[in-house]
Order: sequence, then structure tokens, then C-alpha cells
Amino acid sequence: MQPLSKVEGRAIPFGAKNVDTDIIIPAKWLKTITREGLGEGAFETLREDPGNVFDAPENKGAPILIAGDNFGCGSSREHAAWAIGDLGIRAVIAPSYSDIFSGNAVKNGILPVVLPQKAVDRLMEVARGGDEICIDLEAQTVTTQFQDRFTFEIDPFRKHCLLGGLDEVSLTLESSASIGTYEERRTNTQNWVMAGTNAA
Amino acid sequence: MAAIGCDKEKQETPFMSSTPRTLYQKIWDDHVVETRDDGTAIIYIDRHLVHEVTSPQAFEALRLAGRNVRRPELTLAVPDHNLPTTARRDANGSKIAIEDPQSAAQLAALEKNAPEFGIRYIGDADAEQGIVHVVGPEQGFSLPGTTIVCGDSHTASHGGLGALAFGIGTSEVEHVLATQTLLLQQSKSMEVRVTGNVGPGVTAKDVVMHIIGVIGAAGGTGHVIEYRGDVFDAMSVEERLTVCNMSIEGGARAGLIAPDETTFAYLKGRPMAPRGEAWDAALAYWKTLHTDEGAVFDKSVEINAAEIAPSVTWGTSPEDVLPITGVVPAPDSFADANKQAAAAKSLEYMGLSPGTPLTEIPVENIFIGSCTNSRIEDLRAAAEVLKGKRKADNVRWAIVVPGSGLVKRQAEDEGLDKVFIEAGFEWREPGCSACLGMNPDKVPAGERCASTSNRNFVGRQGPGARTHLVSPAMAAAAAVKGRLADVREM
Ligand code: SF4
Repeated sequence: MQPLSKVEGRAIPFGAKNVDTDIIIPAKWLKTITREGLGEGAFETLREDPGNVFDAPENKGAPILIAGDNFGCGSSREHAAWAIGDLGIRAVIAPSYSDIFSGNAVKNGILPVVLPQKAVDRLMEVARGGDEICIDLEAQTVTTQFQDRFTFEIDPFRKHCLLGGLDEVSLTLESSASIGTYEERRTNTQNWVMAGTNAA
Repeated sequence: MAAIGCDKEKQETPFMSSTPRTLYQKIWDDHVVETRDDGTAIIYIDRHLVHEVTSPQAFEALRLAGRNVRRPELTLAVPDHNLPTTARRDANGSKIAIEDPQSAAQLAALEKNAPEFGIRYIGDADAEQGIVHVVGPEQGFSLPGTTIVCGDSHTASHGGLGALAFGIGTSEVEHVLATQTLLLQQSKSMEVRVTGNVGPGVTAKDVVMHIIGVIGAAGGTGHVIEYRGDVFDAMSVEERLTVCNMSIEGGARAGLIAPDETTFAYLKGRPMAPRGEAWDAALAYWKTLHTDEGAVFDKSVEINAAEIAPSVTWGTSPEDVLPITGVVPAPDSFADANKQAAAAKSLEYMGLSPGTPLTEIPVENIFIGSCTNSRIEDLRAAAEVLKGKRKADNVRWAIVVPGSGLVKRQAEDEGLDKVFIEAGFEWREPGCSACLGMNPDKVPAGERCASTSNRNFVGRQGPGARTHLVSPAMAAAAAVKGRLADVREM
């Protein structure tokens, strides 16, 4: 996973409330075998509208998405985070998220920034004007060239994971030695478990 | 999952404990590698089942990160969800192409990934292929006292052998492959006790559907259920697998039944089960796996077996269950306003009006199969009802899909295939089939299906399909009558 400390650039002024994961990535895209390429299906139904914000030329490659309350609700599909990541988005700004979505986002190196609705509204304005936004994870701030400065809270563990580009697998692998000790004990006391498919 | 503190506080694993413990607690304790400050634990995973739908991205992630599978021998891969249940090989033994390119790609990915990572793969043409949750117990891969996971919520099935078994997501599949562990918080414990004797025509499926009706589809949320009491003691292992399979439909992530002599007899001699001295050692351990006298559950439910009837679902949630002698309920018969609204929506989707006797509901499709009810005892029970009879003319499509190639062969040895074929059923190759609308076996929109599967959700068997969950014997009775029917009248 790519470490993340600062996200700077254009933001997509989306802002819709209660966007569920079915809207983020429709079910028909779940039959894929990779995490890549899901950007094509991201927000598919909304993108049927020619004037949609996602395909506006000025938003191409924007690393930030501004969303509304309860972003990512509904089905727990991790494909939602993969799809957003595949669009090139590294951070989302919204007043709130579903728990599963924000967990999945962090697991996939995407920063979910929580800010009050007022701040989100202001950032929507900035984004609509085509001006850049800067998110500093280390300092926990969102700033603009217009002297806007909002601070946000984030769980220290999540911050640690994002800054270090650590996924849960890497973190657990830090405990490799304990896992090894445990396996050794099981091999000594319950080898019938450790044999697995080799038993046949 | 809660955040995990970065500075880990290692604790001694409580292998021995004098306070009375539940079965769940014992299995948990024996699998703790490390406990952290906030109660999150690294839990060792003994058995990992992998199928084609939820694994490709996990293998891809390993590849991208340059990681290996930590213990390949603890994982078993079998395709099941996407495989067509019609012939898979032509006369020359060559693969028959799968129509849906995405299904084909998922299947091809598993066939490639498993050997690449050193994982035992049971392929589409192997006699042992079948639904992961049928194959695991059948091969003796699933064992009492083990932790078993799979990227599939019906992993709960394996709890029927006294294992702690639950479904996981794709990131967790990757986590298990790479580390052979999961980061988990302990669940609460719940006891469902069913005592007394069940009446005629009542099967394990009816017992578990009745339980879900009592506790509700969210009744077990946050809990691991232990099923206890005479009714489960008297069940075969296959029946116990059926009960535990549907734990997730009652909201619980896992369900389990303490292993006993029935379990041990079932496992002895299975290909991947321990043998010789290893068997003796395993057996000695398995005999300690029961809830201690005086252990406390967070929640307890008592049910009298005599109250359970052959059952059927009328709505689109597994909790919408009634005895076959009942009538379609009116939405305003429910106390809770949310449930009233849900019932009204269900009835509209199901095309049913309140007051209709359940036995007057015609069915056009019959599906006998799925990880809930596709083992040999299920097929015997259905064949018993069908013997010498034929499906009614209004039944357009009736299929039997054995849970594995071995179940299929056993059934053929017993002549069950002939009974089904003579009754007008199609006799298929093993797989998930019409349990979910992912492969070619689907129920057409607006049509009804008496199904032995586990989910009657909107669109589960195909867009617009109307599912009535029943036991295998009740599915057979419905086939003969052409409507939902009481097996006791057959
Ligand atoms: S049979 Fe149905 S419930 Fe069971 S694993 Fe297959 S799709 Fe899932």
C-alpha cells in the first residue's frame, strides 16, 4: 500500500447524501477477478448523465472526492473502496461514513476525512470554483489558498496505517514470531491439526 | 472491527482455566496467538476453504505484495458457485466452455491460483468436487475444535462438527492466506436449547427454520450460537450441518454443536481426518470439547420440540416462517410497524394475499440442493417421498443437485437418481446451482420455487424469483402436489 501523508489537488464536488455502495459500484461489477479496472464501473448509473461531475474534464484525475452524509452505506462490498481508488481518489471528505466503508477505505489506502457539514459546504464551493484543496494527514488539517483551515479527527491507529502505508497483513506480520511459536506448540501437541490436507 | 493498539500488550494464553467455560470459549482460548490491549486478538486459523468468487483479489494482492501463503496445507480450494451443473466435459474429456465470460474467468483464476500458491485444489472434473461446505466435512478436512473460515457466510455449517466456523471478506481471505490468522474481537455467546421430541415429518431444516422464526433474522447478531438439548443430541452429523448452516440467517456469525460419539463415528476413516495415534490424540482432545456445567451464556432461548411443525417461508426474510398448516399472514397482524411495512412489501414481491392457506400456493419450480440440504440423507428423504410418483404437470422445472460428486455417486449406487428421474426431475452435477442467481440455474421472474436452500431474499434465485424455503421431503411433496404441501399427508 502507498504511504499517504498529503493529498493535494482538485476535488470532485459531489456532495450527495446517503450514497450506498450499490451506487458507488453496481452489483454486476462484483464478478471481477481483480481490484483494478473497477473505476470504469464507479458511479456508473450517475455517470449516464452527461453533465455528471465525475466525467467533467476539469475533474479528471482529481485525488479528492467531496461527499455527503453517510457515504458508503448499504452492502459491505470492499469493491466500493477499490472502485474509488481506481478512479485515482486518495481522500474523501464528508460529514460521515458508514463504518464498514471507512474501514475498507483505510485498508485500501484511502483517507476518509470527517468534517462538519458547514466546512464540507465551503470546500464544495472551493472545488466548484476549480481551486485546489490540500489535506495534511500528519497535521490533520484541510486547507485552501483562501486561508480556509479546518482540522479533523482520525483514529490514531488508522493514521499510523495510512502514514506508513501499512495494511493489516503487514501489521500482523510484525507478530510473525508469536505466530511461529504458536504453530510450534500446536505441532507438538496437536499435529493432527497442522497436517491439514497433507493428512490425505 | 475495532482499532488495534499499536503497542501490543502480550498476554499469556489461558490454555488451562478452572472457571466453567462454554464450548465457544474453549475453542477461542485454544486459538489465541496474542491478545492486545483493547481485547482484539490474533486468532489462529486451522482450516481455510477457498472458492472462486471471493478469492481472486486476495491472491492478486499476495502476488502484488510478493507474499506467500503461510501454511498452504491448511487451505483447500474447490470451485462451486459459478460452475454449471450440466456436463462439464465432452466425450473426449475436454472442458466444455462456460458461456458467461466472467464466470469462466473466476473459475480459471482459481484453477491457476491454487497450484501457484501450493494449495490443494479439487477441480471441476474430480469426483470429490462439490460445494465447499459439503466437501470440507466429507473429506474430514473440517474437524471438531478447529477454527474454520471461508469467504462465504454459510461457513457456519461446519459448526455441526463442533468447529468454530464463520464467513470472512476478501481482505480477510488475504490476511488468512498470508498469516494463517485473523484479528478478531470475541463474540457474545448464545444458547439455543431445543428439548423433547420432534413430531413426524419434522426435519433438521424445520428445526432451524423454526428457531429463526422464534429469535428473528437478527436474533443472533453479535453472538455465536451453541445448539443444545436432546433434539441435537439425537441428530446425525448431516442434520447438524443443516442446522448450523442457517445460523447466519438468524444473525449469528457462527453456530456450533458439541462433538460426541456421533461426530467421531462420522469422521473416522475420512481421507483428511487423523488416523492411528493421531486419531487417538485428537479424540482425547475432542472429548473435552463441551460446555462446562455452570458456564454462563450471554443469552439463552428455550424451545419445546413438540411445537415444531414441517415449515415453510412465505416472505422474503428467513424469519418469515410458518407451519405448513398456516395461512399467509396479514401485515397488520404484526405488532411492530417496521415489520408491518416489511411484510406488506414481502407479500407484494411474493404475489400472495393474506389469509391464503399455504397449501394452496402453487409452485412451478423445485430445487433440491445447496449447502443446506444436498447431502445423501437429504436426497434419501426426498426420494422416499417421490418413490413411484411423478411431479405435477404445473411443475415446469424440478432439479436435484447433489452437494458433491461423492454424494452423487452414492445416490446413484442406491438408485436414487432413477427415482428422481422417473418423478420428472433433472439429475445434475454438483455445485451451488439455483441457490443463488450466479450460474445458469435460475428461477424465472414471477415464478415460485419450493427450494431446500437457505435464503429467500428478493432476487436470490434470479431477478423477480419467489422462493419458499422447505426441507427436502417437503420439496418433494410440493413437486408431487404442484403446490406447497404437508409431507405428513403423503
Ligand atoms: S450453496 Fe448457496 S449458500 Fe451454499 S455456498 Fe453455495 S451459494 Fe452459498
